[in-house]
Amino acid sequence: MSFSFDLPSLWFLIVGALFMGYAVLDGFDLGVGALHLLTKGDTERRLMINSIGPVWDGNEVWLVTAGGALFAAFPEVYATVFSGFYLAFMFFVFSLIFRAVAIEFRSKQPMAWWRSAWDVSFSAASIVGSLLVGVTLGNLARGIPLAADHEYTGTFLGLLNPYALLVGVTTLALFTMHGNIYVLLKTEGALQERARRWVRWTIGVFVCLYATTTLVTLFSHAHMVRPFERQPLFAVVPFLTLLAVANIPREVYHGREFRALVSSAAVMLGLLSLFGIGMYPDIVFSTSDPAHSLRVYNSASSPGTLTTMLIIAGIGMPLVLGYTIAIYRIFRGKVQLTENSY
Amino acid sequence: MFRLAMDPVYLARIQFALTIAFHYIFPPLSVGLGLILVIMEGLYLRTREERYLRMTKFWAKIFGLIFAIGVATGIVMEFQFGTNWATYSRFVGDVFGSALAAEGIFAFFLESGFLAIVLFGWDRVSPRWHFFATVMVCLGAHFSAVWIVVANSWQQTPAGHQIVQDASGRMRAEVVDFWAVVFNPSTVDRLSHVFMGTWQAGATLVLSISAYYLLRKRHVEFARSSMKIALVVAVVASLGQLATGHSSAQTVAAHQPAKLAAFEGHYPARAPADMVLVGWVDEEQHRVRGVKLPGMLSWLIHFDRDAPVTGLEHFPERDRPPVQAVFQAYHLMVAIGMALIGLSLLGVFLWWRQKLFETRWLLWCFVGAVLGPQLANQVGWMAAEVGRQPWIVYGLLRTEDAVSRTVSGGEILASLIMFGLIYLLLGALFVFLLNSKIKHGPEPGPHDPPGPAKEAAA
Repeated sequence: MSFSFDLPSLWFLIVGALFMGYAVLDGFDLGVGALHLLTKGDTERRLMINSIGPVWDGNEVWLVTAGGALFAAFPEVYATVFSGFYLAFMFFVFSLIFRAVAIEFRSKQPMAWWRSAWDVSFSAASIVGSLLVGVTLGNLARGIPLAADHEYTGTFLGLLNPYALLVGVTTLALFTMHGNIYVLLKTEGALQERARRWVRWTIGVFVCLYATTTLVTLFSHAHMVRPFERQPLFAVVPFLTLLAVANIPREVYHGREFRALVSSAAVMLGLLSLFGIGMYPDIVFSTSDPAHSLRVYNSASSPGTLTTMLIIAGIGMPLVLGYTIAIYRIFRGKVQLTENSY
Repeated sequence: MFRLAMDPVYLARIQFALTIAFHYIFPPLSVGLGLILVIMEGLYLRTREERYLRMTKFWAKIFGLIFAIGVATGIVMEFQFGTNWATYSRFVGDVFGSALAAEGIFAFFLESGFLAIVLFGWDRVSPRWHFFATVMVCLGAHFSAVWIVVANSWQQTPAGHQIVQDASGRMRAEVVDFWAVVFNPSTVDRLSHVFMGTWQAGATLVLSISAYYLLRKRHVEFARSSMKIALVVAVVASLGQLATGHSSAQTVAAHQPAKLAAFEGHYPARAPADMVLVGWVDEEQHRVRGVKLPGMLSWLIHFDRDAPVTGLEHFPERDRPPVQAVFQAYHLMVAIGMALIGLSLLGVFLWWRQKLFETRWLLWCFVGAVLGPQLANQVGWMAAEVGRQPWIVYGLLRTEDAVSRTVSGGEILASLIMFGLIYLLLGALFVFLLNSKIKHGPEPGPHDPPGPAKEAAA
C-alpha cells in the first residue's frame, strides 16, 4: 500500500532532518562568528574561535550531506534551486570558503593586521552565510516562478524581495542568539560576562523578528497556513515552538546554559517543522503556475534508489550520531587555550 | 573571441576545470598523509619512542591545514553540479547523487569528526583512542575517494542503469542494479590508480620536507625517521602505480576506445598501434611525429604487436575528444610516473648502501619531488576527463547539453573571476603558511640542542 511505504515523503522527512541537523549545529558556530567582533582583545577572540574549533567543520558536513541527499533523493529540486539561485549560492560558497580559511589561518601568524583581517572576514562571512540561508528559505516559503520544465524563470534581484530578506534577517538573529547561548555555555570569566550582556539583546531582537515573520506569513502567505487548517493537530508545533522560545530567557536567567541551548535548538527544529508542514507536498512552490510546482512525487528519484539510500542512511546515520555525540562529550566543558589551539 | 568568452558551456567548463584542479591539490595529500600518520602513530604505540610522537604531531598539523582548504574548496564542487550543471544533475541524480550522499554519510563525517580528536584531543583521550581516531581519519579520507571515484567512473563507463522518461517527458538515468553501478567496469582500476596517486602525493610531501631539513642539517633525527617511512610508501605506491596504470589503460581500451586512441594519437580505424615516447600530434595530417616503439601499444593491450587497435578515424568527428591536449597530458603523466619509480628505487638502493642521507643531489631531487605527483595527478585527471569528451556521461549525455539553462554567460563569468581571485589568494596563503610551518619545524625533542626552531616559535 502506498500509504504505508511512501518513499518520497519519507525522504522529504530525512532530507529535512539533515537540514535541521545542519541548522542546529552549524547555527551556533555561524552565530559565534556573527558575534566575534564584539569581543575585546586577542585572547577573547581566540577563545571564541576555539570554542567551535574542534567541531565547526564536522557541523558543516551536515550541509554537505544534506545537499548530497537532496541531489540523490530529489534531483529536480537540487537542479532547479541551485541553478535558479545561482549568484546567491555563489556568494554562499564564497562566504563558506572565507569562514573556513579565516578560522584556520587567523592564529597562525602573530601580526595584528593579519589577525584583524581574518577576524573581520570570519565575522562577515558568518553573517552573510546566515543571511543567505534565510533568504533561500524565505524564497522557498514564498514560492518562486517556475516554467513547465521546472526551470526557474525569475531573476537574482527577484530573490531579494522583502519577505525573503525578512526571513534572512530572522535567521541571522536566530543563529546569533543560538551562538550567544553557546558562548555562555563554553566560556567563563570576563568573556562570559560580556556574552551575558549581549544575550538580552540577541533574544530580544530574535523575538521581535520571530513575531513579525509569523504575522507576515499568516497574513500574506496563506498557502503556508492551509495544512494547519486541514489538520488542526499540527497546531501543536507552533505552540511548542512558542513555549521553547519563552523558555530560553528563563533558562538563561537561572544560569542553565545547556538547557537554554537545547531550547534554542528546539526553536530551530520547531520553525523548520513549521516550514516543512507548510510546504508539503510541495518542495518548491511555483508562483507562476501552481501546476509547475516541484512536489515530492514529481521530483523524486526512482523507488529503487530511494530504497538503497534508505539502507545507506540506516547504516550510516546511527554511526554518525554515535560518534558525533562521543566527540562532543570529549570536548565538553569550558574552552581552554592550549598548545594545540587555533 | 567575445562570443566564446560569453558562451555558458565554455565558461562553465572553464570554471569546473579551475575549481576541480585547485581542489584536487588537497584531497590526495590528505589521503596519502592520512596513511603516513597511521604508520607513524602505529610505530609510536608499538615502540613508545618519543620521536614517533613528535612526528605524528607535526605531520598532523600539516594535515589540518591541508584538510581545511580541502573542505572549503570541496563544498564548491558539490554545489557546482547543481548550480552550473543542472541538466546533468536532473539526468544523473538518481545514480550520481546516491554516491555523493554516501560520500557524505560514510566519509566526510568520519574524517571531520575524528580529525577533531587527532588535532585537539591529545590531552583528552588515551593514546590508543587517539590512534583509533587517526585510523578513522585515514579511513574517512580513503572512503571519500571511493565514493567520488565510483561516481566519476560511472560517468566514464556507465553500467547498472536504465534510461527512462520521467513525468515531465525528460530522459533520465535510473539505477537498476546498485552494485553494478558501484562496480562498473572501470571503478576498481581507476580507484586503485587514484589511491596510488594519493599515496605518492603524501609520501613525496614528507620526503620533500624531510630532505629539506637534512640539507639544512636541522631536526636531523626527526627528518631521517620521517624520510624512511615516506620512502617505503613512495616505493610501494610508485610500483603500484605502474600496475594500476597498466590495467586502467586496458580498461580504457576495452570501454572507451576513442579515449585510448587520443592518449596515443592513434588515428587509423583498425591497425596495429605504436607507443609514442615523446611526440607532437599533427591533427591535420592525422599522425604523430616523435619517438615511437612500433607495435608496442598493440602488445600492451593484446600481448600481440600486430593486433589491430581501434583508432580515432573509426569515430565520427563529432564523437572524438580533443587529441593534442589529451595526448600531451597522458604522456606527461606517464613520464612523471616513470621518473618517480626511478627516484624512489634509487633512494631505497642508497638507503641499503647506507648513503641515503649523505647523497645531497638526491636529497635535492626529493625536495622537488613533491611537485611530481601533484602534476601527474592533475594531468592524469585531465587526460581522463578531456579524453571522455564530447561526452559528460560516456555515450549517454553530451557535455554541451548538460549545463544549467537558467544561468547566463555573464553570471558564470562573474563567479569565475571571483573563484580565480579567491583561489589565487588561497593558494598564496597556503604556500606561505606551509612554509612557515616548515620553517618552524616540529616541537623540539629532549635530545635536540636549542636551535632555530625555538627562535621561530618565540
